[in-house]
Amino acid sequence: MNRNRAIFPLSIYYFSLAALLYLPIAVMFLFSLNANTSLSFPLRGLTLDWYQKLFASTPILRAARNSLVVALGSSFAATLLGTTVSILYLRYQFRAKNLLLALAVLPLIVPYIVLAVALLILFEVLNVSRSLLTVGIAHSVVALPYVVLIVGSRLAGFGSSLEEAAMDLGADYPTTLRRIVLPLIYPAMISAWLTAFTVSFDEFALALFLAGTQPTFPVYLFSQLRFANRLPIMIALAVLLMIGTLTLVFIAERIRRIK
Amino acid sequence: MTFAPTPSLPHSPPKMGEGERRAGGGWGLDHRATFRWLIFPPFVWLGLFLIAPLLLMAAFSFRSDLRGDLLQVWTPTLAQYARLAEVGSYWRLLGISALMALGVAVAAAILAYPLAYFLAFHGGAATGLYLVLLLVPFWTSYLLRVMAWKLMLGTEGVINSFLQYIHLIEEPLPALLYNRTAVIITLIYVWIPFAMLPILAALQRIEWSLFEAAADLGARPFHQFTRITLPLSLPGVFAAFFMVFIPTVGEYVTPILVGGSSGSMYGNIIQDFFTKAANWPLGSALSMIMLLATLLFVFIAIRLINLRELLE
Repeated sequence: MNRNRAIFPLSIYYFSLAALLYLPIAVMFLFSLNANTSLSFPLRGLTLDWYQKLFASTPILRAARNSLVVALGSSFAATLLGTTVSILYLRYQFRAKNLLLALAVLPLIVPYIVLAVALLILFEVLNVSRSLLTVGIAHSVVALPYVVLIVGSRLAGFGSSLEEAAMDLGADYPTTLRRIVLPLIYPAMISAWLTAFTVSFDEFALALFLAGTQPTFPVYLFSQLRFANRLPIMIALAVLLMIGTLTLVFIAERIRRIK
Repeated sequence: MTFAPTPSLPHSPPKMGEGERRAGGGWGLDHRATFRWLIFPPFVWLGLFLIAPLLLMAAFSFRSDLRGDLLQVWTPTLAQYARLAEVGSYWRLLGISALMALGVAVAAAILAYPLAYFLAFHGGAATGLYLVLLLVPFWTSYLLRVMAWKLMLGTEGVINSFLQYIHLIEEPLPALLYNRTAVIITLIYVWIPFAMLPILAALQRIEWSLFEAAADLGARPFHQFTRITLPLSLPGVFAAFFMVFIPTVGEYVTPILVGGSSGSMYGNIIQDFFTKAANWPLGSALSMIMLLATLLFVFIAIRLINLRELLE
């Protein structure tokens, strides 16, 4: 192919951009092992102190746990609701069909700051105190469109003939969903769940308004940014979280490959 | 409608056709009957946590103040909008934010294009790996990535201290921070991998036979690109543009982190009115303007380009 001439500059471009993306992460990793509190050269020798301090710091660990709880809960809700929307949209004919889809993808369009203040007003009016629950609700709403897009495209990929066959053989529709549809779309559901999880886990713009006295990790991190000496501990946690997320993504990718 | 499991009864051979199928085991709900159980959760959830809050916010924007009970009945007033119309700086900031988002989205889509091109046509067996490599940084804390750049670029940051340490420079270079340019550069940087995804999807859908046919007919690589690759990938480029533009207009976090007081965006005034200034009615009116502007923009965009084509 005479297209090969283009490879060289393109690969240089790719790798320099990748390097730029990894530079801050590499710097973070380096400074999570640096003995000095301030993040500047020269490095003062290697230490695992920050990791030790991390496991002694209850507020940081609690913030990380809060993020985990919110991400698990909201991604679960978003996956259930989004899968339901996909099934409704692709397997039923009803008047409000397009309205349902429009509602389900609307969170992609509404700016986060607008949704954040609107939910803040709602919870204040309903007298619901802000907590992990309110953050989780917000995250379930913004993650929903991703689930609909991922699960919906999978569900659209095969016709309803298998379902019809199952029902002709006497299965009712809930059974058909459980035994035929779910096994076919579960790789997409897992991939959607993971997307929803990552959308929630690092989300800051909504959480800042809705977390109240229970900060998630990004909210807690934000409140600590001005204390330079706390930063290495945060960075240590971020490095651990990154390794954790990577493992999760890797596992999910393996599951998604199952066709 | 009973929800209890019905005993499995011998059933007559089912008739064909929608809505007439007989239920078997399980809950005994046919296709139509299941509908009632499926339709409520999404409508209730989205109605309660997406539509209701936006309507409430709209209602609050017609309040004169926040005195009294939050849920009291109030006489609607256009006072907030009148105030808003008078203050030119709000509109200017909205315009600036839209321009910033435009610049960021165009730049991110253009810079992402070669990446997507590389992955689509030259990735070979390693395409998947190359792709994951670009996406992994997305799964790390955004705040800390931006923080890391701040630490690198600041006057006492890694780069300055390193350059001083090796005696390349004596005085620290001035920081590249706390202005609009810093906000724009940061946003472009974080969006590039994201903008690459729809372009890659569009490029991967192009049939190889088109290139072969073009080559057979004597088209040079450059013409193959301008006549085949580029036109067929444009839907992906547009998708990338919108995926970046829409969230960027409402951005308020990055301006706090790297913009400082001179780099703030429209989202920051909304944030201020709901936190420091605690003027919810005016903040609601500002939010309404932003929401309506965004919806209008998306509506026009859908009219201009066929979104369905982009999604398939």
